[in-house]
Amino acid sequence: MAEIAIKGIAKRFGGFTALHQVDLTISDQEFMVLLGASGCGKTTLLRIVAGLERPSQGEVWIGGRRVDHLPPRERGIAMVFQNYAVFPHLTVFENIAFGLRMKKLPQQEVERRVNRTAELMHIEQLLKRYSGQLSGGQRQRVAVARALAMEPDVILMDEPLSNLDALLRLEMRAELKGVLAASKTTTIYVTHDQVEAMSLADRIAVMHQGRIVQAASPVEVYRNPAARFVGSFIGNPPMNFIPATKAANDSWTVAGLTLPGPRSDKQKLEFAIRPEDVDAGGEGLHATVRVVEPLGPHTLVTCDVAGGLFRAILDSNASVQVGDDLRLAPKPDRIRWFDPETANAL
Amino acid sequence: MHGKALPYLLLMPATLFLCIFFLYPFALVAFEAVTRDGAFTLDNFRTMAGSWKFPVTVRNTVLLAAIVVPIQLTMALLMASVVSRLETGRGAALYVFAIPLGISDLAAGLIWLAIFDQSGFLNTLLSSLGVIDRPVMFLGYQSKLTIFIAVALAEIWRATAIMMVILVAGMGLIPKEYYEAAEVFGASPWQRFVRVTLPLLRPSLQTAIILRVILAFEVFAVVAALGGTNLPVLMGETYNWQFTLQDRNVAAASALLILAISIAFTLFFLRVLRVPKEARI
Repeated sequence: MAEIAIKGIAKRFGGFTALHQVDLTISDQEFMVLLGASGCGKTTLLRIVAGLERPSQGEVWIGGRRVDHLPPRERGIAMVFQNYAVFPHLTVFENIAFGLRMKKLPQQEVERRVNRTAELMHIEQLLKRYSGQLSGGQRQRVAVARALAMEPDVILMDEPLSNLDALLRLEMRAELKGVLAASKTTTIYVTHDQVEAMSLADRIAVMHQGRIVQAASPVEVYRNPAARFVGSFIGNPPMNFIPATKAANDSWTVAGLTLPGPRSDKQKLEFAIRPEDVDAGGEGLHATVRVVEPLGPHTLVTCDVAGGLFRAILDSNASVQVGDDLRLAPKPDRIRWFDPETANAL
Repeated sequence: MHGKALPYLLLMPATLFLCIFFLYPFALVAFEAVTRDGAFTLDNFRTMAGSWKFPVTVRNTVLLAAIVVPIQLTMALLMASVVSRLETGRGAALYVFAIPLGISDLAAGLIWLAIFDQSGFLNTLLSSLGVIDRPVMFLGYQSKLTIFIAVALAEIWRATAIMMVILVAGMGLIPKEYYEAAEVFGASPWQRFVRVTLPLLRPSLQTAIILRVILAFEVFAVVAALGGTNLPVLMGETYNWQFTLQDRNVAAASALLILAISIAFTLFFLRVLRVPKEARI
């Protein structure tokens, strides 16, 4: 059992605040992805959980034990580093065995675990080699095997796939998911790649400027962004935002169209819709087509709506030309509203 | 100008300089060492080895190197680890440690002479503290051990910094992630030092040790200043053969012996501390 609780963690580097009072609980065996742009504090938070960085304030609990004053080696964690940190002076075998040797496990047990994890990561034929004789993908496998061999309660991963080429990344992503689910560890995984986050996570914690903006399941984060930032960061292309003004008590004018919306005493709101959640034709937003990008399964159309950029994903059968005037009808159940002042969802 | 020839042309002056002022004299010395009155002979080596001072000389030199170099290596590793870990004032610490490097070895010998001399700082301090009632002769001919210790101290003081500078540079080349990985995977600070720093520092250790060992077998001015002729060493004997006994052939033989020892140790450490190509950073 290794539930991780992050309580009021803050980190300041001189005058710069990297993390503001972050709270997050990760349940046992959960796969939690910290997602955010570079500089949002996700790696700092991971390093605080690992013990490689000291928090300015707050507590870290792992498996019901407070660990923020403990050195990394006493926290029951294993970690995969962004640039692998596979020791160049040791063979692959000794690299995977490193943590086991530190624990002074008997040689037989070391061999058993190294062989088992090497097999799991498909590197059993590389055990006698040195890091300098491996490709990036193979080094990555060694780094993961080294972490798994510890049979830890918690595995921390810091952008483990970011140094791999696109094809290899896809392959490793699927493999990691299977291996980690089978190992029954609690995982914190840091990435800036939203596709990686969506595909791996049980829950995603979206971070922005040192705060967790939303922590929820991938679908929830995608469908119901808690803040404007989440909508604009997740999704490719991201959510469309259009200013809305109050028409009546519970209806709002969006680019000339009147839509039912939330009751609010605000005069202005922001209307938001995902590009794939509009239908062409019928009653809808007036859109002038600027760019048409046929992508195979669908067509990406960039339009001008009320003087702002608006992207729509249409059926690939739709015959759309640049300069066309379209009517884009938002699916009513997919419309989201944001408060322009707080940037939070209503 | 032909592009390929240019680098060689640029290296030419330095090469010529080395040939004229190093290789040529070296050939002359080697020639003198194995000849006497124009005929080939090994007599010079026999004369050198037959001198009653020779065994003492070799013993002193080897003993000095065997004691000074390991102490220096340990201290240099310790100092380099501390300096490398400093976040501020690292430059200042390096400068302070490196001060003795800027002093010639004779001057260094004289500084320590000023400490251990009969009217030196140590005697003054001890008598003002009331520990002794009259000056002690630390460096007299009867106290060979004290002379030896004084020389060792002076050598350690003078030449540890050069090792430290090399090791600090080497430690700077070891990526921080290796330490973090070792830390996460359970290594204590000492284990990190033994299992990460030392193996990855091998190239720098090699350079530092070879340099120091060569210098240790060439020790001369510090010994001359502190011990005079009371602690004969190889280089001092070479000097003696050349200038006191006016025998250039035996002096040449003696110089060649020092060279041979240096080469032997260099090859030894190159081999022992070799890093296989595939295991480099």
